[in-house]
Amino acid sequence: MDLLEHQGKEFFASFGLPTSPGAAAFSVTEAVEAAREIGCPVVVKAQVHVGGRGKAGGIRLAKDLQAVRQAAEAILGMDIKGHVVSRLWVEAATDIAEEYYVSFTLDRSTRQHLGMLSAQGGVDIEEVSANSPEAIARIQIDPAEGLTPRSARSWVLEANLSDAVTEEAVDLLLALYRAYTEGDADLVEVNPLVVNADGRLQVLDAKVTLDTNSLFRHPDYSEYDKTSPRDERERLAHSKGLQYVGLEGSVGVIANGAGLAMASVDVVAEVGGSAANFLDIGGGADADVMADALEVINGDREVRSIFVNVFGGITKGEVVAEGILKAMDRVDISSPMVVRLDGTNAAEGRGILRPHLSGRLMMAPDMISAARLAVECAAEAEGTAGAECAAGDEGTEDEDTAGDEGTEANGAGRGGQEGQREGQ
Amino acid sequence: MSIWVDENTRVVYQGLTGSAGRFYGLLNREYGTRVVAGVNPRKAGEDVEGIPVFGSVRESVEATGADAACVFVPAPIVPSAVAEAAEAEVNFIVVITEGVPMHDEARMFALLRRNHPSVRLLGPNCPGIISPGKCNIGITAGHIAKAGGPVGIVSRSGTLTYQALYELKEKGIGCTTCVGIGGDPVPGTNFIDTLSAFEEDPETKAVMLIGEIGGSAEEEAAEFIAAEMSKPVVAYVAGLTAPPGKKMGHAGAIVSGGKGTAAAKVEAFQAAGVLVGRNPTEAGELMADLVASL
Repeated sequence: MDLLEHQGKEFFASFGLPTSPGAAAFSVTEAVEAAREIGCPVVVKAQVHVGGRGKAGGIRLAKDLQAVRQAAEAILGMDIKGHVVSRLWVEAATDIAEEYYVSFTLDRSTRQHLGMLSAQGGVDIEEVSANSPEAIARIQIDPAEGLTPRSARSWVLEANLSDAVTEEAVDLLLALYRAYTEGDADLVEVNPLVVNADGRLQVLDAKVTLDTNSLFRHPDYSEYDKTSPRDERERLAHSKGLQYVGLEGSVGVIANGAGLAMASVDVVAEVGGSAANFLDIGGGADADVMADALEVINGDREVRSIFVNVFGGITKGEVVAEGILKAMDRVDISSPMVVRLDGTNAAEGRGILRPHLSGRLMMAPDMISAARLAVECAAEAEGTAGAECAAGDEGTEDEDTAGDEGTEANGAGRGGQEGQREGQ
Repeated sequence: MSIWVDENTRVVYQGLTGSAGRFYGLLNREYGTRVVAGVNPRKAGEDVEGIPVFGSVRESVEATGADAACVFVPAPIVPSAVAEAAEAEVNFIVVITEGVPMHDEARMFALLRRNHPSVRLLGPNCPGIISPGKCNIGITAGHIAKAGGPVGIVSRSGTLTYQALYELKEKGIGCTTCVGIGGDPVPGTNFIDTLSAFEEDPETKAVMLIGEIGGSAEEEAAEFIAAEMSKPVVAYVAGLTAPPGKKMGHAGAIVSGGKGTAAAKVEAFQAAGVLVGRNPTEAGELMADLVASL
């Protein structure tokens, strides 16, 4: 869960890190009011979940209230890489003497924490890393030991920050590490961390990603969740407790298991289509969760066909099949659906679905042929709006191929061919 | 042979009295796993369909000789459950529970490495481990796997692992051990740990590896395979079309800052001489051809 800059600064401030006085504003009037309280000059900053705000003109210095008004008018409603600005952060302007960079994150390959500190801040750290890697001081931190004052000090010295701020930097890094660990963040990044005109360190930007698995001990984080950027589809799926990621295509995907759902999205692309979403319904695949999933897919106007990819493990094929039928009783699906059911008692499950096959509900014996059929249905629906999918000659060919593959896999070819026949 | 578990492994279930622990603990016993004990301080002295419940892991180890633990407790108490098992000298701990915070996982792993270096942790957020016909610890449906060999499986994904087991079985190919390392950012056991165990296992002749986006575990595995492995490896990587910056179901499945893409992983595997399937079915076919040629 990514925080907006101002939320990140409030998060940092709660751990004692030095941030600038500021206020959030949702309108021009609020921005001007905030600036009046803080005192000009101020910086007016777009609050969006995307980088590159400065280059897009989303950060402006304002010397007086008139300039604040102009800046707020210009930035509110601005589109920054697809994110429309609805919220501003107005903060006291800072005279900058030096700009540094610092971050903490998990180094997955060592399974330890990684701290990065550089005297070359204020620019894209990926560029610094690529062009002058020696300019970044890295420290590996054993999560059982934590960052100690001693290791923090030698890290600061290694980074060649200004001597005058060494002590302050050590304290700041310890506080930031505390925010990272006690605050359950996946990432904390300050870029730039500045030395101001008074020679003091100050947090000028904040990038914070919180770990949603930690919500049980941070109930207050649900507030941040409300401002997370989600389209309507993601919001609905989230409220139903489904693992969902919205994509751009036209084939709605439902699968059980994150890996299988990812593979399903990939296979749709492999056969020339494009998935509308990633949706993992978890291991059970019962009627309730299937109905929820179908509702979410229904809510997506771009969807032209639905690809259901379920592998029965502990949950038997009959249960999955009955779940699909019950869900279809409860939800009037807006697009034709292709089911691939495999695994435990798949043959029995397919037997339950078979009498219900139609132009709205089809079956295919394996992942590839099911994806192909779903993609064809989507393409057909694109061509003739509202038409039900009637698999044509191409479909027959594909089904035959699929049937051949299917004979190796549980004699599943029969299911596919029947699905084909019923489909017409 | 199998790696890490076999027909003699005696397993204590932490959380046996909860709904998931009971359900899978009994299924594992039905499969033939030696499910010797459960632990719940509030239900010591009771039993779950004949499986005795103890007040602590240490008591269960003393009474039953348990040498492995399977953890089904809720996420907030996973670290203390793992510490308790390690202190009771259980040397193989499988954590099925999902939703453990990253910092808890990192600390838990670091503490084990420091205080109990001989303990192997598998998970959290994993389906467990199965050596078909011998031992099944976790949530895998045992009947979808064929016993014997010659293939070892290691995977970050649950359902794709089941898919692989099932496809191999349909093709008449057995599995020595199938290890689900889980999809979290700090897996207790990683690809390299598992690959090196398979390399040493005489019955494993080939390895199927199932990876996904996020992190660099696949790239590191590819390096290991090129440098250290004599046995052939077939791989599949999920998430070729995953958008950047989104967690795809698993906490660890995220492309961030251009890193962790499936394309880079596939490239690393191919450079290491690993056969890569474009989809799970193709990976299964590649493995079948490989096994036929062994």
